[in-house]
Amino acid sequence: MAAVQMSEAEKVYIMHGVQDDLRVDGRGCDDYRHMEIETDVVSNTSGSARVKLGLTDILVGVKAEMGRPKLEKPFEGCLEFFVDCSANATPEFEGRGGEDLGTEIANTLYRVFDNGCSIDLKTLCICPMEHCWTLYVDVLLLQCDGNLFDAISVAIKAALFNTRIPKVQMIEDEEGTKEIELSDDPYDCMRLDVENVPCIVTLCKIGHRHVVDATLQEKACSMASLLVAVTKKGTITCVRKVGGGSLDPESVFEMIETGKRVGKALHTPLQEILRKEESLGKKRRKVGFLG
Amino acid sequence: MAADMRLAAARKRAPGSLVSQDESKHLVAPGDVITTDTGFMRGHGTYTEDEKLMASVAGEVERVNKLICVRPLKTRFNGEVGDVVVGRITEVQQKRWKVETNSRLDSVLLLSSVNLPGGELRRRSSEDELAMRDYLQEGDLISAEVQSVFADGALSLHTRSLKYGKLGQGVLVQVSPSLVKRRKTHFHNLLCGASIILGNNGYVWIYPTPAQQDEEAGGFFTSTEPVPLCDREVISRLQNCILALSAHKVLLYDTSVLYCYESSLAHQIKDTLKPEVMEEIVMETRQRLVEQEG
Repeated sequence: MAAVQMSEAEKVYIMHGVQDDLRVDGRGCDDYRHMEIETDVVSNTSGSARVKLGLTDILVGVKAEMGRPKLEKPFEGCLEFFVDCSANATPEFEGRGGEDLGTEIANTLYRVFDNGCSIDLKTLCICPMEHCWTLYVDVLLLQCDGNLFDAISVAIKAALFNTRIPKVQMIEDEEGTKEIELSDDPYDCMRLDVENVPCIVTLCKIGHRHVVDATLQEKACSMASLLVAVTKKGTITCVRKVGGGSLDPESVFEMIETGKRVGKALHTPLQEILRKEESLGKKRRKVGFLG
Repeated sequence: MAADMRLAAARKRAPGSLVSQDESKHLVAPGDVITTDTGFMRGHGTYTEDEKLMASVAGEVERVNKLICVRPLKTRFNGEVGDVVVGRITEVQQKRWKVETNSRLDSVLLLSSVNLPGGELRRRSSEDELAMRDYLQEGDLISAEVQSVFADGALSLHTRSLKYGKLGQGVLVQVSPSLVKRRKTHFHNLLCGASIILGNNGYVWIYPTPAQQDEEAGGFFTSTEPVPLCDREVISRLQNCILALSAHKVLLYDTSVLYCYESSLAHQIKDTLKPEVMEEIVMETRQRLVEQEG
């Protein structure tokens, strides 16, 4: 990830501030920066969302394609993640520089969603063992200003909420050959239930305390971070430690508790915003990238 | 504690009535024709094509007698002799440091241009060269003045005064260089309780006002004492104010920063990060500045 160079005195200032629960921009240790969400920004996807968290800019597109189900899970559809770190974000991502970060984020997303309850993959099955919907979730990093995982998880939840999969029916002939029929109405779609999709909360350990939603400067002062993926009900789907430093078992427990609390509080405003946006319907003025 | 989420909103155009200029500015974009009169000399930011004078950058046209140049609105820092800059050390080389100052090339700080500890005046020896890293390391912040400009455009800096030198604890805010007004002094001890250095290169350094005013050898020694909470609040508020002013393209100088700080006292510090609160305090600041001029 793009790192900023800082002097020792600046780092000391930030650490003492975190100790007193007053960060450099006036936030407390549990406060998020201002977030802007917009869905349906890319027209040729089944669902898309764009999230701006401070200066971090993430674009997620979901495409639904028909494919074969996995051999070990014949009654379920599939979810595939791909993360692309655009060279727009920082010059380090030029060429293949962003690949490492991209694979790391994609692997984390696979782990977060690899359980039976986040997304009900059975609804994506069309014909067991033969046809199913595969959702390709593509994440594009446009700008990097710290806290990528949180913004990506919020964007994925918004994009999945926005996804519209066409309704298909299996029709069997007299001879037994199966055919797939698409409904005539282009707006006849199936939506996904995103109630249990988790959101990732990144907690960075700075000094003896931990902060949520760290900026790049705060990240430079922290040696270790914990990623906690929390659903609306407070269930944790994935815990992962990043960074070279070590974490005390007690502080890991405290950080998980904070992560649960903050994560639960993220879902309610997000769901409200998404419903509000949908209720605006056709009247909504799309902002897109030129607003 | 709940996250502040909202739908993306288009940026609103700033109301034109607040601009207090009498004559409208001649703004051009790259490729625009400035004039077809061939009697003018062309300056920076212009080129000739088919006997027409065209702009190569986006900015305002400036005319001094027969010289026409275009001053760009968003640009890297073009240093002139005497400018005060805040920079970060990127490299330690033999007998000089390379300083990053938001210009096209890294600036140079020669070993002979810094004050030795204790204020000695002598020729720099090889021991001084080996001890360079003890004074300034990669990542350190300094305040310096531009001594001269090399032929390729790189700046040569010096810290030959007690007010320049290594910077201690504080916050760095990066804004566009064109927003910092050229004034007599760039070091201000604001009445609200913090001090500020408005570097001409767009780097603004906010720090707690030091207790004793006279220090030996210009900031050679940085303290790691924790800064008291009341000073921290002032510094955070100032940082948010400067970000708000720069987002709305208001010129930064001590009066505008102070007015913005006073307008922001009505809100909590973390609320000043929200766009609508930023807009409100910048509007108030603009009004007060206009009233003060008129």
